[in-house]
Amino acid sequence: MSWALALPLVLPFATAVAAFLFRTSPSGRLLSLAGALALLLAAAFLMAEVLSSGVVAGQMGAWPAPFGITLVADLLSAVMVLITAMVAVAIAAYAFADVDADMERLGFHALFHILIGGVVGAFVTGDLFNLYVWFEVMLIASFGLLVLGGRPEQIDGGVKYVALNLVSTIMFLTGIGLLYGMTGTLNMADLSTAVDGADQGLLTVVAMLFMIAFGVKAAVFPLFFWLPAAYHTPAFSVSALFAALLTKVGVYALIRMFTLVFDHDVGFTHTILLWVAGLTMLTGVLGAAAQTDFRKILSFHIVSQIGYMVMGLALYTPLALVGAVFYLVHHIVVKANLFLIAGVANRIAAGTELSRIGGLYKTAPLLAVLFLIPAFSLAGFPPLSGFWAKFVLVRAALDDGAWAIAAVALVVGLLTIYSMTKIWAQAFWEPHPDNWDPTLDDLTAREKASYLLPIAGLATLTVIIGVFPEPFVAFAERAAAQLLSPDAYVAAVLGGGAR
Amino acid sequence: MEALLALTIGAVVAAAVYLMLSGHLLRFIFGLVLISNAANLTIFVAGRLTQGAPPLIAEGADAPAALVANALPQALVLTAIVIGFGLFAFAIVLVFRAWTEVGTLHPDDMTLAEPRENGK
Repeated sequence: MSWALALPLVLPFATAVAAFLFRTSPSGRLLSLAGALALLLAAAFLMAEVLSSGVVAGQMGAWPAPFGITLVADLLSAVMVLITAMVAVAIAAYAFADVDADMERLGFHALFHILIGGVVGAFVTGDLFNLYVWFEVMLIASFGLLVLGGRPEQIDGGVKYVALNLVSTIMFLTGIGLLYGMTGTLNMADLSTAVDGADQGLLTVVAMLFMIAFGVKAAVFPLFFWLPAAYHTPAFSVSALFAALLTKVGVYALIRMFTLVFDHDVGFTHTILLWVAGLTMLTGVLGAAAQTDFRKILSFHIVSQIGYMVMGLALYTPLALVGAVFYLVHHIVVKANLFLIAGVANRIAAGTELSRIGGLYKTAPLLAVLFLIPAFSLAGFPPLSGFWAKFVLVRAALDDGAWAIAAVALVVGLLTIYSMTKIWAQAFWEPHPDNWDPTLDDLTAREKASYLLPIAGLATLTVIIGVFPEPFVAFAERAAAQLLSPDAYVAAVLGGGAR
Repeated sequence: MEALLALTIGAVVAAAVYLMLSGHLLRFIFGLVLISNAANLTIFVAGRLTQGAPPLIAEGADAPAALVANALPQALVLTAIVIGFGLFAFAIVLVFRAWTEVGTLHPDDMTLAEPRENGK
């Protein structure tokens, strides 16, 4: 039982050590890819375990909960680990062509797997302080990846990223301290019942600390400024990795804490979340409309899309949480893919500034098609995954009578199309401003394979979720039901009826 | 004792926020170090202060007989200090690199990654 939980944690760190030892030889990247594939197997095993026997929990060092550190996976955790592993495989393969020997020598693959390990840890831990530790693991690896290479822009973006994330970390730590002082426990399942006896007013104050701390990580309005300052500066593999996973860990932590622990005053906390969600969507999409760089547009769209997920949590109805879970999974796949495509566009058309590139449709139609799939999915065109994600969320908002947020969600969808058509028109449709034709033939066959296979794989996943949404929605329904009535979660951690 | 520590934490946080908002990266780092220590103190106080009662369990017993000091916050604070040390080491080197590469420590002048409209 606990092997299924521990394996997805052990594998990335083992791979990181191995990849670091072989960082100067070409076998380092093979090790990295093999490690990612092994992680995918372990994640699939964990998913099978959770599907067959419900919430899986394991006590580390055999210390009984709530005294030791608990690892626990419900459906949401399991699907997040699985999708993380898929993205890890795609980016490890993409890095073959995108990451040069210099960056590998500096330890790109080791940092990459430490980051994945931190992300997986955050998804499977059942202990609040342990969550803080995984956040730090993830953070320190992301610091390294962000400034790897050391160009001045990277340092500049890195300073802002590091500063704001450290502040959020300290808020998180303070929140943990206060919550521990009030309840005497740090085990999340135990907390969900222990908070009932605490002073409800103080509890709301602590909930706000957590909301701000996770809000910075998730990049919600008005705490997102570190994201567009930094995400367009590092290597494309790194951008894609950050875009896919880092903010989503923040959203996951928000969902976990505000369904399991802070559900005592939903009228207050979740109303704030709803305002935050609406403003996040709007500011993100308007920010994107003002940008003229491929990666900067995509960075602002991360912010606006985070708004949709927070909206699902804020509405706090079963259907809305279904939408949030579905959106989370869909968005990880789509956003990673768009950044990977930006990397290929940069490579063959020599730039990401939209006014300086062009002509990709004429000479690289395959890339154009592969761009259209995630771009339309992001905007919410049927029959792609984004359509169903938005459909469920807007439906939930209308059912709940929240007309304003439903209207915002739809308008933001329209504005997303505006940004995507801007990229399409300038990067793909118009001729290249320097009058030459960028083409995929400049790449060697190996580079082509390592660039395009991950992109095609993720695009296929988007199409599959879009064309056959039924099993995915059914899965999200089960995951949302677990979130809303956490009895099974609590029982699995504390050993059934112990409290 | 709790009240004294609470006041100390308040003073440290105030000083830290002042430093962090003063528009200079090096002062920001100093502020960050201060505020992280305030967070550590918060955890320490949250575990309740017990004087002169070491958390020792008599031989053969499973639990301490009388009220003893809470050992958990110390473990948490220790972890936080170690992690914080690593992060600050990185942050200080990063600020130094910003000084050599970007040539300024004033965040308002750091516009390489996000250039202003109409030139500088």
